[in-house]
Amino acid sequence: MSQYIAKRLIILPFLLVIFSIFAFFIIQAPPGDFVSSYIADLAASGSSVDQAQVDALRERYGLDQPMHIQYLKWMGRIVKGNLGFSLDWQKPIQELIGERIALTVMLGLFTFAFTWLLAVPIGIISAVKQYSFLDYFFSIFNYFGVATPTFMTALIIMWLAFTQYGISVTGLFSPEYINAPWSMARVGDLLRHMWLPMVILGLDGTARLARIMRANLLDELNKPYVEMARAKGLSEWKLVLKYPVRLAINPLVSTIGWYLPLIFSGSVIVATVLNLPTIGPMLLRALISQDMFLAGTIIMIYLFLAVIGTLISDILLAWLDPRIRME
Amino acid sequence: MSPETNPTITGPEIAIQPMLPQPPPAHEEEVDSIYIAPNWKLVWWRFKKHKLAVLSTLVIILIAVVANIPGFFSTQDPQESVSTELFIPPQRLHFFDEGRLQLYVFAVDGVRNPETLRMEWQTSDEFKIYLQLFPEGYSYEILRLFETDRHFIGLEDPESGDYFHLLGTDRLGRDQWSRLIYGSQTSLSIGLISVIISTILGIILGGLSGYYGGMVDMVVQRLIELLQSLPAIPIWLALSAAMPRTWSVIQTYLAITIILALIGWTTLAREIRSRFLSLREEDFVVAAKLSGSKEARVVFHHMMPTMYSHIIAAVTLAIPVMIISETFLSFLGLGMRPPAISWGVLLKEAQNLQSIALAPWLLLPGLAVIITVLTMNIMGDGLRDAADPYSH
Repeated sequence: MSQYIAKRLIILPFLLVIFSIFAFFIIQAPPGDFVSSYIADLAASGSSVDQAQVDALRERYGLDQPMHIQYLKWMGRIVKGNLGFSLDWQKPIQELIGERIALTVMLGLFTFAFTWLLAVPIGIISAVKQYSFLDYFFSIFNYFGVATPTFMTALIIMWLAFTQYGISVTGLFSPEYINAPWSMARVGDLLRHMWLPMVILGLDGTARLARIMRANLLDELNKPYVEMARAKGLSEWKLVLKYPVRLAINPLVSTIGWYLPLIFSGSVIVATVLNLPTIGPMLLRALISQDMFLAGTIIMIYLFLAVIGTLISDILLAWLDPRIRME
Repeated sequence: MSPETNPTITGPEIAIQPMLPQPPPAHEEEVDSIYIAPNWKLVWWRFKKHKLAVLSTLVIILIAVVANIPGFFSTQDPQESVSTELFIPPQRLHFFDEGRLQLYVFAVDGVRNPETLRMEWQTSDEFKIYLQLFPEGYSYEILRLFETDRHFIGLEDPESGDYFHLLGTDRLGRDQWSRLIYGSQTSLSIGLISVIISTILGIILGGLSGYYGGMVDMVVQRLIELLQSLPAIPIWLALSAAMPRTWSVIQTYLAITIILALIGWTTLAREIRSRFLSLREEDFVVAAKLSGSKEARVVFHHMMPTMYSHIIAAVTLAIPVMIISETFLSFLGLGMRPPAISWGVLLKEAQNLQSIALAPWLLLPGLAVIITVLTMNIMGDGLRDAADPYSH
């Protein structure tokens, strides 16, 4: 087991290097460097910038040097823990995204837990009571869940909450807590706001996971050992929960590898619509205003979260299923 | 014709004969037709049984027709903005006027609210605007072939200066129904083209991977795993943000299809790889190799025909994913941009609470997305089940 984990951990740095090159490519991709777009913005707003200042900015970010040197410098700064400076926000990037990362991860994990708590029982019920009313109901629900873009769900709920109850469901904090220091009251306030984005984000995934769980369990239920246990007089629910469900959950664990990235990915849109203080809307703003260092850093964080997600899923799977460790 | 279902052409009669099931003599004609039916016919028979899938297919055909001749179904030029007709709510279409068949809508009347200074529209319940089918309107081109000014529905008296908006108007006074119709052309074709690109990529890479195995398989598999573990939306956003703002509508359109395809091919490649892996060991493939067929012939003549139906099913299920992705990109302002019209561009108008509280009908293009994606998924599932010989 520890050997298996060590093997996975060795690949990790290589993946991160590939991803960082990718993120750097994205920073470099827009035509012109960001200093020129910054100057264009300043010029558009009426203030002028003198050439010396421009050169100083270019030199500070090493924009006058060849690509690979720029990349190495950027990586060097990141490794030292200096993420750089956001031109758009006029603040160091660390300061900007620290809390946002925590909130993003928290929302992701809450959504993940919510989906599993909902999807596994739904999958079990649909499989055990195949072709029953509930099975069809969940099946229809699944089709609609997949067909509805998450931002539509968010917009509709927002609109209903506003027109029916006159409340605004955006954000993760009540106004009085937005800039307050962390306290128990602030955490409570956060939890009161967290459930809605969690449900919206989770619905899509719940439908898919329940479907997979149902298919896995149906495969197991037809096997002879189930028949055997039934013949021996084990009660139906005990039988289902004790053996086939445990086997059917294994393939579901392997979905964590793509499901966690999917949650983080989807949260960009939901967070934008609901105006949540996570890194998603910040990425969008950074990309639109071509604040590329910030954008690159956030892309890097997303990739990092995805890698961690895959790692967790691999380790969990190996722990649950001895056949995988032995390979 | 696939070698699987019609084995008599692949070898000498005697070797194959024992494999053929003996048709019972009782109801010969029916049974006979099953034994000699080519694969596509068997798939079609199974597909026909899935009533919901057939219904969905009809809906998709209808949507495709509308998307191909948007000019005919629109009621107004989608770019025309009328400053006196902002935020008009949808006007309901009535079919019967005092007992006889007559299409009409009730006129709307704008009253400026003295407090908010906003125009508020009230539907009058006496002044009717009569409509007719196939009237003359603005002129447009059908499939870039010929020009006409016939429309599906329009004013009975175009000279009267009346107006009607079946799905209301947006903040620039543009007719939402017409924009929705034109948007379907962009959204559907982006979905289709990016799926075609990713199918080609998927067939080549998945095929190589599954057919040769070994090192090639290793590399392609790792690449697929890497791409699938990426959070797609941030990557899509970053790639589309790299497009120069000065690009024309056509350039952006092509760039978006390519961006969507580059990340979307992995699912298809996996599917095709697993088909190739299982087919590689089949007797008819081994027989073809042993009788000296070249590799290309084995792949394209013997193996590919057996998976057309699977590929078609996988493609059908991939298109809606692409359609939703385009909607996401454009909704966030990094996909298609005005003056281009797509469903995502339309939904961008409903991006915040203020706009939907003021004009909830701006959310209606979302319904078009849902219906399209829903029907395509049901059709795709039906096709997949029908293509699977072991499903029943």
